[in-house]
Amino acid sequence: MTALTQSKDDTLRQQVLVLYLSDSSLDSRVLGWSLYDGTGGTSPTTGDSDVPPYPTGTGALLDGWRLFQAAQLLPPYPGHEHDVSFLKHEFFFEKLAPAAP
Amino acid sequence: MARFVARGSLRLDAVVPPEMNAEALSFLGQGVPDVRYGTPLAKAYADDSFPRRLLAVPEVAGALHSLVGPEPTVDHHAVHVREPHNGHAQSLHADAIIDVRPDAFDVQLMYYPQDVTLEMGGTLSVPGSHLRRINETDTGRYQNLLGQDRLVCPAGTVVFVHHGIWHGGRRNDSDLTRYMFKIRFNPTVRQRLLWDTTDLDDPQVRDELVTEFPWYEQASGRLEIYNRVLLWRELTGNPTFDADHWATRVSNRPQEAAI
Repeated sequence: MTALTQSKDDTLRQQVLVLYLSDSSLDSRVLGWSLYDGTGGTSPTTGDSDVPPYPTGTGALLDGWRLFQAAQLLPPYPGHEHDVSFLKHEFFFEKLAPAAP
Repeated sequence: MARFVARGSLRLDAVVPPEMNAEALSFLGQGVPDVRYGTPLAKAYADDSFPRRLLAVPEVAGALHSLVGPEPTVDHHAVHVREPHNGHAQSLHADAIIDVRPDAFDVQLMYYPQDVTLEMGGTLSVPGSHLRRINETDTGRYQNLLGQDRLVCPAGTVVFVHHGIWHGGRRNDSDLTRYMFKIRFNPTVRQRLLWDTTDLDDPQVRDELVTEFPWYEQASGRLEIYNRVLLWRELTGNPTFDADHWATRVSNRPQEAAI
């Protein structure tokens, strides 16, 4: 147990940035954004900002965020081609950082 | 009405007089007695009650009639209280369960009896989100969307929203308790031409219906307009209305044989 605790203290924490883009291209405009901070240093929440952190998805790459998931391109269900629902172009990024003191 | 169809909300600033706002702040903390789901509006509130007088404010009465018509039923009501330095915002959500009625909608009245500042965590809503088919808090992953509306308003403001609008109470980072009183209404008549339609053919109607909101994806933004056209056809009884040519084009399937 002691070893596990020690390991946890030394582990870098994950910060997750989710960007919603205008189309499926990573260099298209940011339309929505969410941030989750595993370091405990900040507590982002719903409706806390009106300004996107980056103008495009590639802007996040240039700032050191690492892409680890992108939304698949799925055809619409037959008969529901004109329905609108969730944001389609979702990209997950991460950074690793020490836990907040 | 075209703006409501595009935006999913109608905001009436400071329409409730100051003495009523002061009265509301004196009792909203204790709540408002429940009414049974589906109670006819005429029977839901006593004549001298606060909700009755709130609904008699001319701007409020007129908007309610335009949106859902005469004698709607009261679905339910609630007082929402956000305590000072409340640590959590609500997840972005649509109320109740997924509700995709193509030819009818409920409205929710949201009444703010005090000045609401940005720090007080006024309701977050997303313009033009009401036609998106999502279920309740499944949108909770979305923290911020470009062009979102973080409500800041003067005391006495009333906002009507379509039942499908994405919204949530924001974190209250101020020293003040924030109150909001809401009532959901169900229509009891077909929602067709219930408003002042003297300007129905004004070009501004079409301009309102094609409003693009900043958070729309390039492609899905076009589908939003398509879906508004379908709703406008229902509200006006005009089955051939189109804003551009998108709805007309995709339904064009001629059956006449060539001669």
